[in-house]
Amino acid sequence: MTPLSYLLQRGTAMALVPLVIIHLAVIIWAIQGGLSAEEILSRTRGSLLWAAFYGLFVLAAAIHAGIGVQTVLREWTPLGRRAATGLGHGLIALLLVLGARAVYAVVWA
Amino acid sequence: MSPPERVLKVDIWRGGESGRTQRFEVPERENQTVLDVVTYIQRHLDAALAYRFACRVGVCGSCAMTVNGRPRWTCRTHVSRVVRRGKLSLAPLANLPVIRDLVTDMTPFFEKWQAARGRFVPGDGPRDEMAAVSPGEKHRIAASDAIECINCGVCHAACDLVSWREDYLGPAALNRAWAAWNDVRDGDRNGILRAVVSGGGCHNCHTHQSCAEHCPVSLNPTFSIAGLKRETLKAKLRGELK
Ligand code: SF4
Ligand code: SF4
Ligand code: FES
Repeated sequence: MTPLSYLLQRGTAMALVPLVIIHLAVIIWAIQGGLSAEEILSRTRGSLLWAAFYGLFVLAAAIHAGIGVQTVLREWTPLGRRAATGLGHGLIALLLVLGARAVYAVVWA
Repeated sequence: MSPPERVLKVDIWRGGESGRTQRFEVPERENQTVLDVVTYIQRHLDAALAYRFACRVGVCGSCAMTVNGRPRWTCRTHVSRVVRRGKLSLAPLANLPVIRDLVTDMTPFFEKWQAARGRFVPGDGPRDEMAAVSPGEKHRIAASDAIECINCGVCHAACDLVSWREDYLGPAALNRAWAAWNDVRDGDRNGILRAVVSGGGCHNCHTHQSCAEHCPVSLNPTFSIAGLKRETLKAKLRGELK
């Protein structure tokens, strides 16, 4: 792990703490008395606040997962630095694309 | 009539990387150390048994072995503390190549000390100028906390990361690098930081303290490694690690 990936890993972990707590709290609060797709979309559609919240969430989660998986691959498989880094970066890209699509879908589509 | 002698059953690794364990029976004594047991076997039962020791008083760091599954210094480990149902199992230290029986090849261990630049590099000031380092100075205190390492390799054997990643510098080398970095007389302190950020460097440490838990002289390599992480990061952000 380079100093930069170390910094990113710790930084994203810290960012994820409040994000996950708010995410879970809102889920628990929102499902009181049932939940429908319309209800969710009525909250998220056109909301820049939720776009920013989940945009940040996707970014932090993608980076955190990518670096974590890269580390696990390096320690637990015979993969070398390049292969592990490549797979880690691939995972970051994949999660970013999937996450960005989801954010786009609930806010703008 | 004296009571019948109590006997310890001792299983010892025989051979090199491949081999088998061999059972010996050794009379149990009061205040017997694990090293005493090994020495008894070598003197009375099998003169060909290979093992290492020198000081017998916990100073030289040469007698470490795996005792009932845990890395320990054997000259200061009392049998009564570690024996399980009258049995002892002894193997060479983990995470190092085995030469024979209880003797490992410490070369990779010391190569990592060098790779982490765990040695003093003089500055270019005049030799007769004595550096004044106050005992209360923060670097001096940090160095004192890390300096008493006896190079026994116990932490190296206790670290999972060393067994998973061949290039990981390991707790002892990094602890040494931290002591060296805190020596303000060193002529190239950034050189140490550069050495410990490389591939298998300090940022890989999982901070799980197995090294500190096992260190026979109660050092805390995890703490030293945290210091290195912090200082390398600062130096990196200041652009000093080119
Ligand atoms: S804290 Fe770091 S150096 Fe110590 S045993 Fe764990 S990974 Fe190894
Ligand atoms: S830090 Fe402790 S366990 Fe590790 S080599 Fe030094 S004395 Fe032995
Ligand atoms: S023989 Fe020297 S430390 Fe054990």
